[in-house]
Amino acid sequence: MWAIKCNKMLAVVFAAVFLIGGAGLAFAQAKTKVNVYTALEADQIKAYKDAFEKAYPDVEMAITRDSTGIITAKLLAEKNNPQADIVWGVAATSLLVLDAEGMLEPYAPKGLDAVKPFFRDSRNPPHWVGMDVWAATLCFNTIEAEKKNIPKPESWADLAKPIYKGQIVMPNPASSGTGFLDVSSWLQMMGNEKGWAFMDALHQNIGVYTHSGSKPCNLAASGEYVVGISFEYRASANKVKGAPIDLIFPKEGLGYDMEATAIIKGAKNMDGAKKLADWSVTKEANGLYARNFAVVALPGVGKPLEFVPADFEKRLVKNDFAWAAANREKILAEWNKRYNAKSEPKS
Amino acid sequence: MSAVAAAPARRSLDRDAWIARVAIAALAIALIVTVALPLYAMLSRGLESKSGAFVGFANYVAYFTTPGVGRAVVNSLVIALASTVVTVSVAFAFAYGLTRSHMPCKGVLKAVALAPLLAPSLLPGIALVYLFGKQGILKSLMFGQDIYGPIGILLGEVFYCFPAAILILSTALSLSDQRLHDAAVSLGASRWRIFRTVTLPGARYGLISACFVVFTLAITDFGVPKVIGGWYDVLAIDVYKQVVGQQDFQKGAVVSALLLLPAALAFTADFFVRRRQVALLSARSVAFRPRPERVRDGLLFIFCAAVALAILTVLLTAAGASFVKFWPYNLDLWLGHYDFNNKDGGGWRAYYNSVEMALWTATCGTAVVFLGAYLSEKSNLFAAGRATIRFLAMIPMAVPGLVLGLAYIFFFNDPANPLNVLYRTMAILVISTIVHFYTVAHLTAVTALKQMDPEFEAAGASLGVPWYTTFRRVTVPVAMPAVLDISIYLFVSAMTTVSAVVFLYAPSTALASIAVLNMDDAGDIAPAAAMAMMIVYTSGAVRLLHWLATRGLARRSQAWRGR
Amino acid sequence: MLRFAGLVMPSSKPFYLRVAGIGKRFGDTVALKDVSLSVNQGELVCFLGPSGCGKTTLLRVIAGLEPQDAGRIERGGRDISFLPAARRDFGIVFQSYALFPNLTVADNVSYGLSRRRLGRAGIAAKVEELLEMVGLSGIGERYPAQLSGGQQQRVALARALAPAPGLLLLDEPLSALDARVRGRLRQQIKALQRRLGVTTIMVTHDQEEALTLADRIAVMNHGMIEQVGTPLEIYRRPVSRFVADFVGVMNVLDATATGGMVHIGTRALRLLDDIAPTGPVHLCIRPEDVVVRGVGAATANAVPVRIETLEFTGPFFRAILRLDGGEAPLVADLSINDVSDLALAAGQAVTVALPPDRLRLYPREA
Repeated sequence: MWAIKCNKMLAVVFAAVFLIGGAGLAFAQAKTKVNVYTALEADQIKAYKDAFEKAYPDVEMAITRDSTGIITAKLLAEKNNPQADIVWGVAATSLLVLDAEGMLEPYAPKGLDAVKPFFRDSRNPPHWVGMDVWAATLCFNTIEAEKKNIPKPESWADLAKPIYKGQIVMPNPASSGTGFLDVSSWLQMMGNEKGWAFMDALHQNIGVYTHSGSKPCNLAASGEYVVGISFEYRASANKVKGAPIDLIFPKEGLGYDMEATAIIKGAKNMDGAKKLADWSVTKEANGLYARNFAVVALPGVGKPLEFVPADFEKRLVKNDFAWAAANREKILAEWNKRYNAKSEPKS
Repeated sequence: MSAVAAAPARRSLDRDAWIARVAIAALAIALIVTVALPLYAMLSRGLESKSGAFVGFANYVAYFTTPGVGRAVVNSLVIALASTVVTVSVAFAFAYGLTRSHMPCKGVLKAVALAPLLAPSLLPGIALVYLFGKQGILKSLMFGQDIYGPIGILLGEVFYCFPAAILILSTALSLSDQRLHDAAVSLGASRWRIFRTVTLPGARYGLISACFVVFTLAITDFGVPKVIGGWYDVLAIDVYKQVVGQQDFQKGAVVSALLLLPAALAFTADFFVRRRQVALLSARSVAFRPRPERVRDGLLFIFCAAVALAILTVLLTAAGASFVKFWPYNLDLWLGHYDFNNKDGGGWRAYYNSVEMALWTATCGTAVVFLGAYLSEKSNLFAAGRATIRFLAMIPMAVPGLVLGLAYIFFFNDPANPLNVLYRTMAILVISTIVHFYTVAHLTAVTALKQMDPEFEAAGASLGVPWYTTFRRVTVPVAMPAVLDISIYLFVSAMTTVSAVVFLYAPSTALASIAVLNMDDAGDIAPAAAMAMMIVYTSGAVRLLHWLATRGLARRSQAWRGR
Repeated sequence: MLRFAGLVMPSSKPFYLRVAGIGKRFGDTVALKDVSLSVNQGELVCFLGPSGCGKTTLLRVIAGLEPQDAGRIERGGRDISFLPAARRDFGIVFQSYALFPNLTVADNVSYGLSRRRLGRAGIAAKVEELLEMVGLSGIGERYPAQLSGGQQQRVALARALAPAPGLLLLDEPLSALDARVRGRLRQQIKALQRRLGVTTIMVTHDQEEALTLADRIAVMNHGMIEQVGTPLEIYRRPVSRFVADFVGVMNVLDATATGGMVHIGTRALRLLDDIAPTGPVHLCIRPEDVVVRGVGAATANAVPVRIETLEFTGPFFRAILRLDGGEAPLVADLSINDVSDLALAAGQAVTVALPPDRLRLYPREA
């Protein structure tokens, strides 16, 4: 009798390790779930998800959330065997990278016509459709600035001044979508040569390059550094929490990226993916986006946010996503060459 | 007893031999699939272009011609060496105090010294920010130096690697031979001379072993430099950046191969050193019993207490930080940082996932590891299969977690692989974690099995009892302390691990340790500290249970363990 | 069943076990070389030899615990060469006893008994019967660690006998015990084996144990069986210098043999006809075969010697004798009566006889 039990024990061990976990979860997820990959902020998702599932009670969102870099990396890693049905709320520049790999399924969501032209892929049907815009914003810790007698910067150019030496944090463009939009917008705004010259000077003042776009603002909020180059949503959120920071929108203009939606080619739940894509351009959805972002895809929905200036949309620089995606690798290589060597003293 | 000659009717036992063969084959195949093939997939990916064409070492050439790369290599080596020197020196003195002195509170001190095992390697990084960051409580101790960078990494790695060094060194030092000391004392040798000629040589294999282990841990750790490394690039971070930041899997594979190299070298060297140490230990000797000596004991106590205080400070800082509302501007006590559901990283679900994952890892892992060790050591069937198990069981120790995680993506997410149903499941997290920590667990099991009478199996077989019955009725009960050790080791490791699983988790299987990483990444450092502390509390509670269970077991088995 | 040491007629009984041409290597080391042996039903055979001679390996091969590289094992005429240990129907007592430390004595003894066949009560009764048989009634609830070495040994024996095996294999069963316990247990094992009539093979390096216990002894050296025979045959008529030297105490003197005579130094000794070798030989004689009483000029092989030392050992005197002109000393065990009757003392010259039928010759490398 015990012999039989032992055999069973062996069988259970193997089965448990190699099958039950995998098959069980796969089965559980197969129902009417749509696999969504997103880089939306964790604290935004719940409201969106509830609203969508109310609108489409037959579809349930299974959400994979991570930073832009990680989500993009995951999608690329899974290229041969896509796990996601739809990418939702991921940087447009990242979607262009995926598009270049032929991973996106062209689809025109119902109600696409109402979307601002600037918020969609120009092809028809579009490979991706934008949702909202997030833009470069400085978080400036007023308490630490006062202690150190550091003036409030007004422009990007100010940040290159020696007074900010060691006081600025920005995201590493190699790992953060926000970091990349900063660099690509500076290059587009100032031109190649001046752009790199500016970054050379800025580099002298950088305390640390972070791997996340939110972190510089959080570091400024907690007083680790005085200035964090981040984006407006994180900045507002920190200020609401009581951080002694001011939001600064450099006057030369704000680099931005767009959170966008795209269906993955070969989606297992194509129907569910299309429903989410449709919902994403509705007024209801845009109304929700507008609670967090000043500029959204549907005209007339966006409304000013508490700490964000009314003319926010006008302050955005021209951002050529195609150019950014095409030059991404080159830019990052150059950036690494110049600034990864931070630890060595400049001769 | 008259019918001696009548052979009793016994069940067919050839079947039992086949069960053993099948079990050996199954384990060998499982290890090939979960260790050898993923590593092969990873290494071969490094030789392919993005489109999958074979390009030889082009990716390596491309990587090495990238400016600044040599620096990551140099930085990694510098950090690993510095961590090794500092950790092993401090740990040696600490272990010396634990084993060779009559200082008070040894039990408490040892418990504190081992406490870092309960925390993910991200925790020291987080705590160091609170202690020595720009707003740190002890900022003045930094004398204007920046904690973000080599100093922070070094301090974090020392905290993280300390328990491993303590375990090895206190074992090595406690195995010293009293007779040598007596001889030296009776010959009138000075204390320093005894230390130099008796203590150090006796512990030299332990020292070498500790150096290799700490070096490997430090060079492959990802958590500390991730949190506090700042601009100081190390190879482990480079893998993360290549894959996550630049989505360059080929280069990720290249860096992984580089990371594999020093770890594999250290591991190989350590393996041979350990083999020699076993020979050393098998010699019969009299256990060393330290005699009280007030000055020495006092000094050692002060030193050990200071080290323990430092460790506690790190842990308590993280614990405290998790309750402060908005450091450093609002110091109200607040539980809001434990409201993980509105943060990155998966919320409380991630915590429960971690506990679930750790339980699976501890149960399945212990079963597989112990059965594997048993079959490979005690069976005499299917030699090739047993050799495969023995060999592959040693590999994981030389494979950094990040490399393993990347290898698993390459291998398990290949649509041509029928095992890709495992991808994105709890099962793959459990498998990768078991594999990641396989070697130590396997060695623990092997050691316990080797201490058993080698004739138990033969005795069982000669009595016509199938091997699995003897395994169940004798081997497992006798080895129960080791079985519990393995399961607790796997549980705590599964709770704290980040590196392998960071590439493998799915939304429904986010883990607490990864939540720490992601929350820290997003700058939510207080919630990150809170989640890290949840891990510490949980592993600590489980350790306590383990301790009680071991004590209960010891009491229950006192009769038969004898003496 | 009539059996006394020395009187067993090997050919008169059916073989219980036959091994033929067994070979076994461990890497480069040859552990067993072409070993053949038959064991009769009910017989107790000892494998005797120095450590490393292959006796334990042979036992393990017979038990099925070690696969042989070559050769054949038969039980009752049936080939069991490749039968797994568990199906060979052999009980084994290991050198370490291998008692399961976590099981009580009763559980150890009943380990090989089938609960399904005997039932709980049946097992309990059987265990008690077995424990009583080895003289350990009433200790069933204790654990092995709570027993003395001798008790553990007997529990191991009871456990091995529990399934009523056809063959009992004992691997150095007494080596871990002190001398007095060993002597007592030796008698118990012997009595038990006689009573049960179970065919038994015992491995030992202790010649005294082998001589007292065995019906027949197989003396092994370098992986080969040197001689198989009754204890008396082995002792009296060792076939090789090794056996002669290994079993009991033996004088070994360099000598030269020619037809019927052996020359040691200048002295010639007469031999019995059946001892054949010529040329350089080892001349062997047991110390107790050296005759001191009643030696006259007519006594065959009378040799004048001088007593160098005379040492009282208890049952007898051990004398070191020096032959006239001889180089090697000769050891003689002399009875107390002889010594006192003849008033022998160290330094004395005396004539001893080396009886021709007690002389053994083995070829020697010149």
